[in-house]
Amino acid sequence: MMPFNYARARDPADAVRLAAGRTEARFLGGGTNLVDLMRESVEVPKTLIDVTELSQEITARDDGSLLIGAGVKNTTIAADRRVRERFPLLARAILSGASGQIRNMATVGGNIMQRTRCYYFYDESARCNKRTPGAGCDAIDGFNRIHAILGASPACVATHPSDMCVALAALDASVHTVSATGHRTLKLADLHRLPGDTPHIETELAPGELITAVGIPPCSFATRSVYRKVRDRASYAFALVSVAAALDLTDNGTVRDVRIALGGVAHKPWRAEKAEAALRGGQATEASFQLAADAELKEARGLRHNAFKIELARRTLVACLAELSRRDEK
Amino acid sequence: MHFNVNGRDHEVEPDSRTSLLDLLREHLRLTGTKKGCDQGACGACTVLVDGVRINSCLALAVQYQDRAITTVEGLEADSGLHALQQAFIAHDGFQCGYCTPGQVCSAIGMAKELERGIPSALTEDLCAMSMAWTRDEIRERMSGNLCRCGAYNGIVTAIETTFAGESAR
Ligand SMILES: Cc1cc2nc3c(=O)[nH]c(=O)nc-3n(C[C@H](O)[C@H](O)[C@H](O)COP(=O)(O)OP(=O)(O)OC[C@H]3O[C@@H](n4cnc5c(N)ncnc54)[C@H](O)[C@@H]3O)c2cc1C
Ligand code: FES
Ligand code: FES
Repeated sequence: MMPFNYARARDPADAVRLAAGRTEARFLGGGTNLVDLMRESVEVPKTLIDVTELSQEITARDDGSLLIGAGVKNTTIAADRRVRERFPLLARAILSGASGQIRNMATVGGNIMQRTRCYYFYDESARCNKRTPGAGCDAIDGFNRIHAILGASPACVATHPSDMCVALAALDASVHTVSATGHRTLKLADLHRLPGDTPHIETELAPGELITAVGIPPCSFATRSVYRKVRDRASYAFALVSVAAALDLTDNGTVRDVRIALGGVAHKPWRAEKAEAALRGGQATEASFQLAADAELKEARGLRHNAFKIELARRTLVACLAELSRRDEK
Repeated sequence: MHFNVNGRDHEVEPDSRTSLLDLLREHLRLTGTKKGCDQGACGACTVLVDGVRINSCLALAVQYQDRAITTVEGLEADSGLHALQQAFIAHDGFQCGYCTPGQVCSAIGMAKELERGIPSALTEDLCAMSMAWTRDEIRERMSGNLCRCGAYNGIVTAIETTFAGESAR
């Protein structure tokens, strides 16, 4: 690991000031991703700015919304009574990720900004456009079982590995940031980018822009929600495919509203807007769930080892919607 | 820098690159905590910080100044081994023993999480504030600790008998 300076930020303004003009500075959360990447020389920061002590609060408003500070630990969110009651899919997504130890270390900001688990990205001896722009991609013709089926490009087929972000995308969450140019708020679903020709630019955040909090707007029917994660072992593994969904039905079984996001399938948490549009206003039946899944996955493309994920995503999505519609009848 | 480990104070000046694991093993010579993968994937390096379990291999030591760190060396009381350590012996919770310090520290942190009503991925009713000590819950909550010898059944029994007591039998 290359030497670096360590500084503890007193408040968000201090963190931004410490990062200003230093392109090789990184914010440090729990370090569960960054320290690993520094050991592999994928990240070589000259300065680490510890932001774990900033923004530790979860604030609830009467309208049902929540504001979660960027420094809040993943375990703390999943343990929070308001999250468990109002947004169970978020608690479930977090609890399905990593291990108890890692969830105790990982922060909200770090979870959002964590980088792909593509093996070639981690392997300095492999070609990777994300690590070295223009170098080529060894995953496209390599071992690509865990790679993207939606929104990939000829330059990059990596996925975003977060479970938490999939639930946040379904919940229409927004991300609050501060930088030298001021405060701004963007939708979580718009924060991560598709790879295109520039897979090394992963988010809309500028260098030195600090995430301070995540806002979740009210969603009355999120109480009827699921997070289902399919993976190679029962626990402590990244998602092959995951689905976060919430369903709102009228008394006669029509879909009043629905939220769906997919994980493990793309370079970003994938809000399934096409599936949602196909379902809204229609009857909640197995056949309509199938059509909605088809609409979302029409443009999915498989590689040599990951084509199974298209069918897996379709079936997982249909199973989640079926489970939610049955739960509704009770 | 000041570190508090197992109730004792230490003044050490580690490089900013030093992990908490290397600080414990190389600087403080507390070699009970083990290095398995050094990348968060095995749990051998689990220690408690203010009673909360973390992987010390991914923790930069500088971040843990002035916190109360507990390692396997700090579990023994005047009366002898911690009850969980005794239970590991009684129920064959290990074979080679390499993962054991991490398993033991992790289970102690996990027990507090369960007692505080923190749910797991298996917890059916998320709104319930108390959870049952089932073997499946223990397995899910301990999934961050791998055992290459496959002593899992003994590990789960040791944890169950120590923390769940009669209620789970
Ligand atoms: C073995 C293992 C298994 C895992 N399994 C899963 C899994 O199944 N599901 C899952 O979702 N995740 C999993 N993870 C990933 C884990 O969730 C992330 O490593 C963690 O969430 C990162 O949070 P952190 O606070 O440790 O971030 P750090 O490692 O500290 O930082 C990560 C990145 O975020 C940036 N950053 C941190 N805070 C901010 C901020 N406030 N503003 C802007 N940028 C910021 C850092 O500069 C860095 O680039 C796993 C990790 C490991 C090691
Ligand atoms: S050595 Fe830390 S998790 Fe393996
Ligand atoms: S006892 Fe050998 S690794 Fe667990």
